[in-house]
Formats: sequence, C-alpha cells, structure tokens
Amino acid sequence: MNGGLPMVDVRGVHKSFGDLHVLRGVDLQVEQGSVMVILGPSGSGKSTLLRSINHLEKVDAGAVSVDGRLIGYRRRGNRLHELTEREILHQRSEIGFVFQNFNLFGHLTVLQNVVEAPVSAQGRKRRDVESLAMELLERVGVAEKAHDYPRRLSGGQQQRVAIARALALQPKLILFDEPTSALDPELVGEVLDVIVELAHSGTTMVVVTHEIGFAREVADTVVFMDEGRIIESGSPEQVLDNPSSERTRSFISRVL
Amino acid sequence: MRVVPVRHPWRWVGIAVVLVLAAQFAHGLATNPGWDWPTFAKYFAASSVISALGTTVKLTLYGTLLGFALGIVLAAMRLSKSPFLQVVSFSYVWAFRSIPLIVQLLFWFNIAYLYQTLQFGVPFGPALFTVNTNDLFGPLGAAVLGLALHQAAYAAEIIRGGILSVDAGQLEAAAALGIPRRRQFFKIVIPQAMRGILPNAANEVISLFKGTSIVSVMAIPELFYQVQVIYGRNGRVVPLLMVATVWYIVLTTLLSIVQYYVERHYAKGSARSLPPTPWQKIRRGWSRVRRAAAATPSFAHAPERGAAG
Repeated sequence: MNGGLPMVDVRGVHKSFGDLHVLRGVDLQVEQGSVMVILGPSGSGKSTLLRSINHLEKVDAGAVSVDGRLIGYRRRGNRLHELTEREILHQRSEIGFVFQNFNLFGHLTVLQNVVEAPVSAQGRKRRDVESLAMELLERVGVAEKAHDYPRRLSGGQQQRVAIARALALQPKLILFDEPTSALDPELVGEVLDVIVELAHSGTTMVVVTHEIGFAREVADTVVFMDEGRIIESGSPEQVLDNPSSERTRSFISRVL
Repeated sequence: MRVVPVRHPWRWVGIAVVLVLAAQFAHGLATNPGWDWPTFAKYFAASSVISALGTTVKLTLYGTLLGFALGIVLAAMRLSKSPFLQVVSFSYVWAFRSIPLIVQLLFWFNIAYLYQTLQFGVPFGPALFTVNTNDLFGPLGAAVLGLALHQAAYAAEIIRGGILSVDAGQLEAAAALGIPRRRQFFKIVIPQAMRGILPNAANEVISLFKGTSIVSVMAIPELFYQVQVIYGRNGRVVPLLMVATVWYIVLTTLLSIVQYYVERHYAKGSARSLPPTPWQKIRRGWSRVRRAAAATPSFAHAPERGAAG
C-alpha cells in the first residue's frame, strides 16, 4: 500500500523500432485496485506500451514506475543506472503478464507451468505453491486438467491456465495483452468471465483488448490509443458513448 | 455391404524380389569359404579385440561428453548478447570445422614437438610449476582432446539450431515470469530444444563412434587398429574386417535403441499421446491378429450392422 500513489505511472515514454516510432510520448496513470482497458487499432502501440510496463520492451525515453519503483533503472542523484538482468527479473516476478498466444511451457504439465515461477523466481516452498496452484486452477475452472500437458487443452483452457500462472506469483498488477484475440469465438466468453471475476476482486489490471463489451462492464478507465499517442481516456461512458475525438468515434463504430 | 480393401499386387512382387536377393546373399555368406567364419569366431570375442573395443567405447564416451559439454558453452556464447563471446564462439567453430580431424589429431599427437614443457604461472612472468607435455598428454589423451575439440564445433551448431527452433514466446513468457536466466536456459529452453537436437546429436555420436577408427593413425589400440594388427600377422583380412564390422554394427544398434527411447522421453507434451514403443507395437499387432482370428466366423455380419445403423 502506498497511500495515493498510482500503481502504474508512465511518463513521457517514447519507443522506436528502427525507423518506426511506435510510442510518441505516452503518459498514463493506473490507480491501485482499478481496471484500465486500452483500445486502439492495430499498430497503435498499445501492446508495446503494455510490454514496456514490465520491461519486456526497453523504452527510449521517459520513465515507467510500478508501485512507486522505477522499472529497469535505479536513480542515484542525477543519473539513471540500468538494473542488472537479475534485478529486472525480480521486478517482473511482481507483475503478472498474460500473452495473446498463452505461451504455456509445452513440455511441462499444467500444474508445473503454474508452480515453476513462484518456486524458481520467488524462492517459495514447492509444497505451498502447489496447493495454491491447485486453488487457482480450481478458481479458473481447469483443476481437472492439472496433470495434462497444455497441448491437450482447448485455447480457452490454456489461456485460463496462463492466468492462473500469472496469479500464482501473487502480483501487484496483471497485464493482459489481447488475451482473447487468439481464441475461437465460442471460447472468448469463458476467458473473459475469469478476467471479470478478477477485476471485481480488486486486482489492479491493465487490459489491451478489442472487446468493447468487456471494457464497458469492468473498466474503471478506458484509454483510446492511435499512432503511438493516447487520444483520450476517461470512464467507459465518456470514451465509449460520448467520445470527444473523431478518431475514437470512428474506431468504436467500426468494432461494435 | 462388404468393404473390399484396395489390393497392392506390386508390393508382393517387390517383396519377392527382395527376399530372393537376401536369400542369395545369406547363402553366399554361409557357403563362400572366403568369409572364413572359423577365424571370425576365433577372434570375435578374443581378449585383445574386447579390450580394443573398450578403448573405442572410451574414446567415444569421453569425446561425446567433453565435446557436447563444450558445445553447450559455445552455443550459449554464440546466442548471448555479448559481441565478444559471439565472435569467440564463431571463430572456434570456424577453425575446428576447417581443419580435417586427422590433421588436428596428428597435431595433438606431436604437440610435444612444439612445446616440450608446459608452465603454469604469471603470463610473461615466472612459472609456478612445469610439466612435461608428453606426461600430460599420452597418445590416448591427445586422441580424446582432438576428438572432443572437433566434436564441440559440430555439437555447438547442432545445439544452437535446436535452441533457435524453440518458439520465442517461450523465452518471453519465462522472462515475463521472472524465472532466473540459467533456469530459463536449462529448464525451459533446453528440454524443448532437445527434440531438434537429438536426431542430429545421435548422428554425431554414431559417426564419432565409427570415426574413432581414424585414431589408428596414432597407433592407439582401438578396435580398428587392433584388427589391422591381427590381420597383418595372420593375413586373414576379410574375417578380421568382419569382426570389426559386426562390433560396430552391434554398438550402433544399441545407440540407436537408446536414441529412440531418449527421443520418446523428450516428446512429452509435444504430441497428444506418445508413440508406442516397438515392443508395444508388436504386442498390439499380435493381439489384433488373435482377435481377428477369433472373430473370423462372424466377420461378414459386422459391417452390415454398421451400415444399417
């Protein structure tokens, strides 16, 4: 707890891949316990922004802090010292990340997938983590698959396992990168249900998605991005129903 | 309705031709006195041959273990973010793939000609202790060193290929979860890379096993050298070559069986169910034959029921 400080604080972030200027000065604050949904056309930089929050992408300019701590750097006087990989890995282990393509470890069973990081990255006791993992798998509804390999699961089940895997780290924050975009339409609902349940339980999260209905239901803040900038942000009613920008309006009318 | 399977008459012709050729060859093996089976039998399990076989196995084992250990390090260096390590690894592979193995072995064999003694101490400064090079590297040591260094260059490329074949998303997930670097490599990447590495690695081990015969140029009493010595003495070239051949075949067969089961182990999670072992296949095939034999009288009825339903 940090008394009023935002959980995520992104300031003046720029990022280029070669000649492609993907993020062009992004500022963003996510309050503790709140849910932020980021919308925007593909190529607008929303995934890059999300990935820079846990330093999967290193930003070119600007700063990202999570829970009051600078990500990837340490400030000493007037200088920023890069953290070692070990320190960065430690920071990441406090931030959950759910990928579009699940990225479950194919050679490990569902339970081993969930148990791996809390044991190896956080040094927790395997037995404790295993019982927590079973509870989490129960919570996301795939407990009966605990000893199967991921390939035997449907996409929806795999993504729910991936969410349990992120939760097992007991993160301060969970980032979702288009969690339902790789799923067959009839499987989207089961994954969204899990994320909605998490949102209502007070987990701080940032979700990049195309699911407008989901944004309306759970978001505290909706952010619309285009061409590497935040075009507008506000409550779902504001951004989805009365967008002030023409670009937002045309995007929403296209995806609805 | 009865289902008539497609017939394949040419398969039967092919089988007949192959059977006739195989029978002719077997007949020749048995009747041609040139094969000289009594001499083969006399030397096949002779103690000199068995101990030479031991040397061959030892060379293969050490060459493989040292070669692949160094290969892992070289592959990791090549894939690291450090340009320095990348260049070192690249240069190593370049150098050792460029030099023919036999030339390299002869260099190691003659290392004492270049450096009579090896000194350990401060670079360009005083020596702390000194050893005679020939004491440090006997011929066997030189052979193991040469084989291992050569093997490492190839192993490095095979391992690197396997690692590159692992989906980048796996590493990204491991990084996002904060799994320590070394554990990412050994627990997440290597087990999945194994599927790509193993068939090529087994090729390398088998070719190293037979390639140890090249060491005979250094007068090391491995299998091939030993049979040459024997047929030099008694002049019975063919049966003694057969002694070596059969031993190479036997051990390669064992290695192939080991390879099959190791690959099966690393196939975990990659297929919905593991392929059956040959033994399981035989048992299943046999029980199918028995079931078919038992069911023959009622066979004609079964499809009709299926068609009606």
